[in-house]
Amino acid sequence: MSSRRSRSRQSGGSRITDDQINDLVSKLQQLLPEIRDRRSDKVSAANVLQETCNYIRNLHREVDDLSERLSELLATTDAAQAAIIRSLLLQ
Amino acid sequence: MSPKGVTLNTNSHKIKFARRFIRTLLRMRKNAPSSSSIEEIRKRSQRIKIAAYSSMAHAVGSRRAWSRAILFKLRNRARHHGMMRRRSMKKRVIKNDPPGDQSQTNKLRQLVPGGKAMDMCSLLEETAHYIRCLSTQVKVMQTIADHFSK
Repeated sequence: MSSRRSRSRQSGGSRITDDQINDLVSKLQQLLPEIRDRRSDKVSAANVLQETCNYIRNLHREVDDLSERLSELLATTDAAQAAIIRSLLLQ
Repeated sequence: MSPKGVTLNTNSHKIKFARRFIRTLLRMRKNAPSSSSIEEIRKRSQRIKIAAYSSMAHAVGSRRAWSRAILFKLRNRARHHGMMRRRSMKKRVIKNDPPGDQSQTNKLRQLVPGGKAMDMCSLLEETAHYIRCLSTQVKVMQTIADHFSK
C-alpha cells in the first residue's frame, strides 16, 4: 500500500499534506450533483464528505430499487425480448 | 494504473459491466420458473443486486482498491459458504483523518468497499472512482429495465 502511495505523490515523504487532501476533496466536489450546481466557493470539506455519503447512499438505494424492478420484469419478459437483449450483447 | 487523479475509461467499464450483467440476467431468466411468487421475486432481486455489484467489480478488475475489496469479499463468501469466516490479519494503517471530520470520514469508510483500511488520500480517490462507476452501473441498469419494460 505504501509503495503505491509514494508512486503517485510528487513530494518525497509519506506525510499527506492538507493541499493534497483539499485537492482531492475539490475533485470529489465536482462529481456531486448537489454541490456542483450550487457553485459556491464556501463549501467545506465536511460538507463535501456529507454530500458524498448521501449521494452514495442514494445510489445504493437506486441499485436496490432497480434490482427489484428487474426481478419483476424477468418474471414477465418473454423469449422475444430476451432474444433482443441478447442481440444487443453480441454487437 | 494511472498515477494521477481519477482518469477513467468509463466506456470500457460500462460495456464490460453491461455484458456481464446482462448475461447473468438472461441466465437467471432461463432458470426461472414460469410462475414466480413474491418470495421468489424478492430472493431473485437480492441475487440481481449482488450480480450488479459483482459485474461492476469484475469490469474494473483489480485496478482499484474498492473493486478488489468486492472481489475479495465475493471469493470469501463462495469459499466459506456457511462456515465462520477467518479473522483476517489487520495491518496497521496510518489513516491521517483530518481532525473534527471523524464521523463523516467514518461514515464514508463504511460506504466505500474496503474503505476501512485506506488512508485519507486513498479513500478520497477511491470514493471518486467508486461514485463514477456506481452511477454508470445505475444508468445501465435503468436502460436495461426500460428495454425489458417495452
